[in-house]
Amino acid sequence: MIHDMIVIVQDYWLLLLIGQYPNGPLGGLANTLILSALSIAFAFPVSILFALARLSRSPLLRWPVTALVYFTRGVPLLMLILWSYFLVPLLTGADVPSFVTMLTTLVVYQSAFLSEVVRAGIVALGPGQMDAGRALGHGYLGAMRFIILPQALYNMIPSIISTFVSTIKDTTLGYVINVPDLTFAASQVNNQLLTQPFQVFLILAIVYFAICWTLTYFANRLERSITRRRAGLSNLPSAALVAPSKIISEQL
Amino acid sequence: MSDFDLSAILGNPEYTAMLLHGIEMTFIIYACSWSMAMALALLLLALRLSPFRFGDPLVAAYVSYHRNVPTLVQLMLWYFGIFTLMPSGVAEWLAVHNAEAIFAVIGLGLCQAAYFSEDLRSGVRSVSPGQMQAARALGHGYVSAMRFVIMPQGVRNALPPLINHSVSLFKNSSLAVVIGASELTHAVKEIENLSFRTFEAYLIGTVLYLFFSLVIMSIGAYLSMRTDPARSARA
Repeated sequence: MIHDMIVIVQDYWLLLLIGQYPNGPLGGLANTLILSALSIAFAFPVSILFALARLSRSPLLRWPVTALVYFTRGVPLLMLILWSYFLVPLLTGADVPSFVTMLTTLVVYQSAFLSEVVRAGIVALGPGQMDAGRALGHGYLGAMRFIILPQALYNMIPSIISTFVSTIKDTTLGYVINVPDLTFAASQVNNQLLTQPFQVFLILAIVYFAICWTLTYFANRLERSITRRRAGLSNLPSAALVAPSKIISEQL
Repeated sequence: MSDFDLSAILGNPEYTAMLLHGIEMTFIIYACSWSMAMALALLLLALRLSPFRFGDPLVAAYVSYHRNVPTLVQLMLWYFGIFTLMPSGVAEWLAVHNAEAIFAVIGLGLCQAAYFSEDLRSGVRSVSPGQMQAARALGHGYVSAMRFVIMPQGVRNALPPLINHSVSLFKNSSLAVVIGASELTHAVKEIENLSFRTFEAYLIGTVLYLFFSLVIMSIGAYLSMRTDPARSARA
């Protein structure tokens, strides 16, 4: 069976890696990673705005974003994908590729989850930092920009990496609307072979495992070093070392 | 969208029957996979806390696999892969008995067990070791100390993540549509195909998912309140 899997990888590695790229759209693992990276890149600034809106005193900013976050967390991602699949072409009036549909969905979805992470990071800093910033003559935006966010985001790097891992796992759902990603490529391989579905999907699971496990491992190492560094800077008692940072990531 | 009309779906007995069947299947899949996951999670926790030397790395590997492989891929591996490797007698029996739903339950349940067992473990770990020593000093054996002293506190500590993950499991039950189980998402897509009322069909599906997610969250909040030690101290 292992021999079968090696043969499949030897025969189809290019399809799994980049899809039918020179002759068709970019696909496979490359597409999975590009889609995840773009989603996080777009979701990141949006999530900071969401977090600031949810922490704002103005109910006009707070309420709609809170509602959006609760809505996004209460509805299956699959439902949101089907919504975008139908709404994005309707709103733009154009024939939108499934990649863009999936990207739009993931940006909205991950912004909602990432905004909770950023909010937790800001709240964890405590009000003293903001007070100190204001006392030094910064306005609200200045204090946010130069004092709060740099610290909060630095502390949040491990959580952002785990959100990236969930995004990679979320991209598999693009399968439903035929996004040419790694899962799609594997099912293409399966359709060509027909006789070895177990081997094909086991290869798929192993590839996802290898990527996500490596990133999770890296995030955990980084988390430990950040906790240690921050503890060292402020000479906290060692009890502060064990306080786990709250990683809010969606399982998929 | 110009002629928005929910009654075109809700007033049609054929569509409402499909919706009800979808809700029923979603709940069967949810209840079965939740129970399976919780039973397995307790087993994994026991294995992890036991003095058995290989228990810890074994459970760690199980959790690591299920957390780092997308749930959709796990379902595909079960339904498209492992299903075909089964002896023909078993496979035939499964094919007759709604194999899609059975494999959805197996895939979701195994995956969810990893999350539940981690929640429970961190809950149990946050019970101070003095509790175990005190229970032993009072004459409890290991098992009875776990049963009456450690676990009740550990489960209470683990309630918030357990509730979150129960909601996630409910939402993830929609993934079963990919392997062909006839649950709620499947019903919504079918109705959309038959009625061409995309907006209305997705709206009804979304509202239903949102409603049941909120119900699960409220049950969780009620349980947290009921088990809050501050509340029982007042009572």
